[in-house]
Amino acid sequence: MLMSNRAHAAKTESQLVSLADAGIRRDGRWLVRGVDFSIRRGEVVTLIGPNGAGKSTTAKLAIGVLRPDEGSVARLSGLRVGYVPQKLSIDWTMPLSVRRLMRLTAPLDDADLLAALASTGISHLIDAEVRHLSGGEFQRALLARAIARKPDLMVLDEPVQGVDFAGESALYDLIRSIRNSTGCGILMISHDLHMVMAGTDTVICLNGHVCCRGTPEVVSQSADYLKLFGNSRSLAVYSHHHDHTHLPDGRVMHGDGSVTDHCHPDDGHHHQDAHHHAHDHDHSHHHHGDHAEAKGEGRV
Amino acid sequence: MFDDFFTRALVAGIGVALTAGPLGCFVVWRRMAYFGDTMAHSALLGVALSLFFQINLLIAVFGVAVVVSLLLLALQRRQSLSADALLGILSHSALAIGLVLVAFMTWVRIDLIAFLFGDILAVTRTDIALIWGGGVLVLAALAWLWRPLIASTVSEDVAEAEGMKPAQTRLLFMLLMALVIAIAMKIVGIMLITALLIIPAATARRFSASPELMAVLASVIGALAVIGGLFGSLHYDTPSGPSIVVAALLLFILSLLPAAGKNTAEKAGNQGVR
Repeated sequence: MLMSNRAHAAKTESQLVSLADAGIRRDGRWLVRGVDFSIRRGEVVTLIGPNGAGKSTTAKLAIGVLRPDEGSVARLSGLRVGYVPQKLSIDWTMPLSVRRLMRLTAPLDDADLLAALASTGISHLIDAEVRHLSGGEFQRALLARAIARKPDLMVLDEPVQGVDFAGESALYDLIRSIRNSTGCGILMISHDLHMVMAGTDTVICLNGHVCCRGTPEVVSQSADYLKLFGNSRSLAVYSHHHDHTHLPDGRVMHGDGSVTDHCHPDDGHHHQDAHHHAHDHDHSHHHHGDHAEAKGEGRV
Repeated sequence: MFDDFFTRALVAGIGVALTAGPLGCFVVWRRMAYFGDTMAHSALLGVALSLFFQINLLIAVFGVAVVVSLLLLALQRRQSLSADALLGILSHSALAIGLVLVAFMTWVRIDLIAFLFGDILAVTRTDIALIWGGGVLVLAALAWLWRPLIASTVSEDVAEAEGMKPAQTRLLFMLLMALVIAIAMKIVGIMLITALLIIPAATARRFSASPELMAVLASVIGALAVIGGLFGSLHYDTPSGPSIVVAALLLFILSLLPAAGKNTAEKAGNQGVR
């Protein structure tokens, strides 16, 4: 089983942010529900899950961009966050150089600015206009901006999207080394299980709720993971056997045949709830060629 | 010095343009052109209410613009209709209600054309004081709000995550816009206020390497348009608002000529060469 109590370690003062049974509801649907985890100083927590699983929503809950409709989110007071969002669309009519982008939310001295750009390998682009950057260069600029803030908590929503393969591992090495040198906590969102493996303390699999969690070691030792890993690195093929099925209209059919509007750990439809925050999934991972389950489910 | 009506119009118009420049940049960056239009159109409702209740024109116009923008925010939150459909409804409804109310008040005679398209003959010393006083207030507020405004224009999520208050910033920005609409109404007229916000900013884009430079250039270009437009208005006896907008448009077209912005907008690492 991938269950781990590591993220549930006794609440200490080193907790930067903790979510307790947090959920967020939009237009009568729960985008995520029953989310329960915390991030300590120096800890790297990675959220994985299929499209629409609520990964970005969960990250926004953690940093206060969204407020929970149920449950609670606690942040250390004065927490300094560095955020790399998944998407950022800057209107091309705004003339914004990389140098100016670096000072977006706070002043920054030149030495820190240059060092951060150098660390992500884009020193030469300092005076380039942001809209002329390639996808990968833009990600590096955003990452440099987050790093230069010297945050307590970095929240990186698919930080290496569009970055070439060699650059990808270099950036992950960089993120890890920043964690090691500054002791900041890192909340990372990834769709790539292979890259998650390297520096993560806790992997949390989301699918509208926390499906499972564990250390990468536990995950990587699982035969099913190896099977998955052998076939493809993409998480699009990563799937659980659920005790419930997400119907196309967003409702949920449970193992006992009942249908409800959402699935929630405490609704009584889940056959065994030893852990208050999670379902008892059959954690064998199968490679579904078309991954119909994740595609069809919509949001819970 | 302000004895001559034309001098008064020039001083007032330049004051409006200097204020509208930086604000207009945000309207362009945040894609709020239609939003600005809606607030401006609601100004006629403010005019009607000011006449009906005999309250200060500026206060009535400002108040109605604020109410309309708050209404819009509230409606957008419900997400029952797309933003531009809501804007279309509010914009034209506010204008229509204003026109109907003015028509009902048979006991007052107002020069509707002057309100809709501006009237340089109508600028008084008090107007100049209000325009420059209000303008200084708006520009000072913009300078104070500059970083959070730029940050939330790039990404409200990032601004919020990193300790700013984008919702509050947005609200303050709307108040500033309402204020500019109230003070600009006399010069350019209700129908064309957004043009004075947008066209100079769009013209400045090609010559600007930073948001700050674009804001300053938009002010300068707006002031040039006002000077050109008012002289045109005097010379050809045309309404001041449309004349200013035509002058702004000519500057915009000039800026599009290949020679004007040869090595700026089209190329990477632009240096803002004129």
